[in-house]
Amino acid sequence: MDISMSWLKDYVDVDVDVKTFVEDITLTGSKVEGYTEIGKDITGVVVGKVLSIEKHPNADKLVVTKIDIGDAEPLQIVTGATNLYEGAYVPVATHGATLAHGVKIKRGKLRGVESNGMLCSVEELGCDRHDFPEAPENGIYIFPQDMTLGMDVRDAMDLCDTAVEFEITSNRPDCFSMVGLARETAATYQKEFRFPEISVKEEAPGNIDDMVSVEIQNSDLCPRYVARVVKNVKIGPSPRWMRKRLRSVGIRPINNIVDITNYVMQEMGQPMHAFSIDTIEDHHIIVRNAKAGEQFTTLDGVAHELDPSMLVISDPKKAVAIAGVMGGENSMITGDTATVLFESANFHGPSVRITAKKLGMRTDASSKYEKGLDPNLCQTCADRAVQLVELLGCGEVVKGSVDCYPNRRDPWTLSYDPDKINALLGTKITEEEMINIFRRIELVVDPAARTVQIPTFRPDLESMADLAEEVARFYGYDKIEPTLAAGTPTVGKMTYAQQITHLVKDVMVANGLSEGMTFSFESPKVFDKLRIPADSQLRKAVQIANPLGEDFSVMRTITLNGMLQSLSTNYNRRNESAALFEVGKVYLPKSLPVTELPDEPHRLTIGAYGKEMDFFRLKGIVESLLTRLGMMDQVEFRAEKELPFLHPGRAAVMEAKEKAIGYLGEVHPLVLERYDIGVRAYVAVISIDDLVVLSNLDKRYQPLPKFPAISRDLSLVLREDIPVRAIEKTIQKYAGPNLRQIRLFDVYTGAQIEAGFKSVSFALEFRSEERTLVDEEVKNTMHQVVEALEKEYGAVLRDK
Amino acid sequence: MKEKLKQIHQAALESLAEVKEAKALDEMKVSLLGKKGELTGILKGMKDLSPEERPVIGELANQVRKDIEEKIEEMKKRLAAEELEKRLEKERIDVTMPGKQCACGHKHPMTNVIDEICQIFMGMGYSVVEGPEVEKDYYNFEALNIPANHPAKDEQDTFYINGDILLRTQTSPVQVREMEKGILPIRAVCPGAVYRSDEVDATHSPIFHQLEGLVVDKGITMGDLKGALAVFAKELFGEDTKVRFRPHHFPFTEPSAEMDVTCFSCGGKGCRVCKGEGYIELLGCGMVHPKVLKMSGIDPEVYSGFAFGMGLERVAMQRYGITDLRLLFENDVKFLEQF
Repeated sequence: MDISMSWLKDYVDVDVDVKTFVEDITLTGSKVEGYTEIGKDITGVVVGKVLSIEKHPNADKLVVTKIDIGDAEPLQIVTGATNLYEGAYVPVATHGATLAHGVKIKRGKLRGVESNGMLCSVEELGCDRHDFPEAPENGIYIFPQDMTLGMDVRDAMDLCDTAVEFEITSNRPDCFSMVGLARETAATYQKEFRFPEISVKEEAPGNIDDMVSVEIQNSDLCPRYVARVVKNVKIGPSPRWMRKRLRSVGIRPINNIVDITNYVMQEMGQPMHAFSIDTIEDHHIIVRNAKAGEQFTTLDGVAHELDPSMLVISDPKKAVAIAGVMGGENSMITGDTATVLFESANFHGPSVRITAKKLGMRTDASSKYEKGLDPNLCQTCADRAVQLVELLGCGEVVKGSVDCYPNRRDPWTLSYDPDKINALLGTKITEEEMINIFRRIELVVDPAARTVQIPTFRPDLESMADLAEEVARFYGYDKIEPTLAAGTPTVGKMTYAQQITHLVKDVMVANGLSEGMTFSFESPKVFDKLRIPADSQLRKAVQIANPLGEDFSVMRTITLNGMLQSLSTNYNRRNESAALFEVGKVYLPKSLPVTELPDEPHRLTIGAYGKEMDFFRLKGIVESLLTRLGMMDQVEFRAEKELPFLHPGRAAVMEAKEKAIGYLGEVHPLVLERYDIGVRAYVAVISIDDLVVLSNLDKRYQPLPKFPAISRDLSLVLREDIPVRAIEKTIQKYAGPNLRQIRLFDVYTGAQIEAGFKSVSFALEFRSEERTLVDEEVKNTMHQVVEALEKEYGAVLRDK
Repeated sequence: MKEKLKQIHQAALESLAEVKEAKALDEMKVSLLGKKGELTGILKGMKDLSPEERPVIGELANQVRKDIEEKIEEMKKRLAAEELEKRLEKERIDVTMPGKQCACGHKHPMTNVIDEICQIFMGMGYSVVEGPEVEKDYYNFEALNIPANHPAKDEQDTFYINGDILLRTQTSPVQVREMEKGILPIRAVCPGAVYRSDEVDATHSPIFHQLEGLVVDKGITMGDLKGALAVFAKELFGEDTKVRFRPHHFPFTEPSAEMDVTCFSCGGKGCRVCKGEGYIELLGCGMVHPKVLKMSGIDPEVYSGFAFGMGLERVAMQRYGITDLRLLFENDVKFLEQF
């Protein structure tokens, strides 16, 4: 919402500079986004009179003029303009002048002849022919009357104004108008607010009741419809003052009738529409819902298909406007329109908004209506419009108006309690001051009953809390003393699950991984990219009904796509290595179609490539996490061939208590190819929610070893397909309680080892808590272990 | 014999002066003082001396022995010291060469910002709570006093799953979920992802993050709201930070305000970043609307509260000087390693 400061002064005296004004009005709740000082940049341009025009000695298309700007000596100025004549009053940019857009004018020579400035067109002064219809299409602006020589053109042409741009909140439809903001300004400065005086002479013969009838068929969507008629309309440009005001608030002047409707809309916030009355069959207006499939062409020439949710203004035969959105081509004002019907109606805001949206045509009018306007404005604005017609002398107003008001809005009453208001605000504002504030915003106060009557233009005032806000904003939010809440103390903390999530991130960072963040919706094509089978549960995803596009249309059920995409970004930006993790959600529907909220479990996703990375480095990271969370002993890694996005020989599922809690492995080469990753990459996905359940952060002190340990190396040759973990388990089983540590230190295949076999070496550490172990017992234990391994796996000692 | 002792002593001292390494010292010690050493030999000859001479020579011999021992020991220490010095000199390294860093990872800038803000509020007694991202229309809108046809509900802004279920457009529904639990007083912050139908560009993303705060207790005032948020702003942006509260409108708070903080760039003098205002908008806040309290089962006659909500991407971008929102989602390690 833009306002013009000079226009604002019609309604309220503002005697502060604009910078103070925007600060003050912002602090009482009308937020200023910024302001523009129109015409401020134009300097050194004055009114001059053409004394003589002579041919340029060296150029056919130039002339040499002498211009009187009120100084002793006339200025010699060379120009190419052809519309000049001796005696014409023109804008003259003198040496050192600045024109619109910062153009500087300096004295100089044009084809050898001295020129001491420039004669200006309206464009060079930041205007166009909408501002000055009398200006020539190409050429110097010539004042239509004699002017004072040397006068600053900013005054001579009334170029200056200050436009202030407001951000109006949706609860204040009344502030989308000059008068609304003037009312706020008056309340801010405790000044008088002057609503425009409206009176109409009504000089045309006849009475409107004999000319127009109105019928509202849907009073929910059209609470009120007011019509007035103007005869003998003379379409032409509106006067400079009106054009300037419209222009300063960003509206292009068109002609007097259109400008009047826009002027009233801007001034009062009430959109107006003007129909050519002779295009309305029987002069009978019907406000009705559109018919299914009804075709309608708006005055911008665009054809629309309407539906019954939309409201139209119609005559007995055809629609003539889409209510609150735009008029029709069939009833628009043209140059030869003689009689005009002004519509000042109230339409249901949400209905207008939805209609405008469906038709893809948000107009100035619809954006005002959609906020919800006060029906009590309609008559005032209809009168205001025809008053302006009389003022501009562009028509004769017919007596009376048709006012169809089936759905009245009356003022309502709220009670206030100064103690409660002070309790809510934390203030000690006196009752008198509160009453004063209420009166400033035009509430009618009954101090005895402690009630206020709310004017109908303030639908936002519904309860005492709303009144408290009115008190607070004019008392000053800045004057409310900051305090720290007393009340019952609470302990600020994170839940256990949040702590585990933090710990997970810390362990990842300590392992050299950086945290990434990816989108939680993606394309359904992701499932194909990840080679997920057609019947997989993972394909059952929550779908967004109105996505930004297919690429963002399903809520992810698996986090790998975002991670692989990120690895790909890094790879294709030639980052030598990347090691990332993400803690994020997946969205698993309980049923499809979705009828209840989906589950949103958290996942830790790890992804990495690079020189340092391989399966076992990845597994090491995962193990260090499990160790930190005190759950390493609960988790088994099992080889898994069936994860379609992972290398079938280099993938494992993590199981705890017979439940899969995650997986890790090398990315399948076909998947790498689809993500355009040219190196081996590794990923792991772990359920954070399972980590939370299985983690054990309880710490118990274990006495430090008192007795020395005995170490033994064990090198075995066994079949290549026997997993190390199985051997470890057998060792653990037969080595007894004194085995403290078992560490794999070598796996070897190749020369000296038979094909299909491998050599595996462990370092075992034995220690007792009660005594120093002797070689003999460890020897016996090792013997048992080797025997068992031979029996179970056919493993033999390598050095035998 | 006396002469001989003196001779040995003299010779020993001379050869000691020549010694260059510890090994030679040990050899010398053996050859002089060892079982078969020269001095030992002399002492062995003592038995042939007269009883008068014996104590004199004996004392002299002991003196010589002691002196040689001491000198050898002294020399040993000196040589060891020299040797150490030589070794240390030899082991000199170029300390200007780069260090060997362990590969340390980095948390996402958004995580840093969220953690920092949560820490501040935890210090003031707030719990960190969470809620679903796929949310019921009721919690996202209706229970927050946003009526069916409010422009905020516009489909252009909201991603819908179906008529009743949507992607939350704000973290505010968590307020309602907290209040519905009925455990009072409430002091909670809720950080999380929210969704709005904006195309991706340098300053927009359909997914972004907000942090919501809620306090409900007996006797909570707007002064308390101002106090809590002023403390927060100073903690986050520094002791000199000033805050400004402007009236605003949110359907679920009344009175409502927006809080501005002094511009990070110019400190309040006015610059390009703050468009000359000296202040930058940080968050929306207000006293919880009585209707919202009531809908969540809390009696507004007994309890009052305040709520606030802020966009976190903007805080992160301002804090770190990030100029393009898209960087936050690309996960380029060269970007992430900066935080």
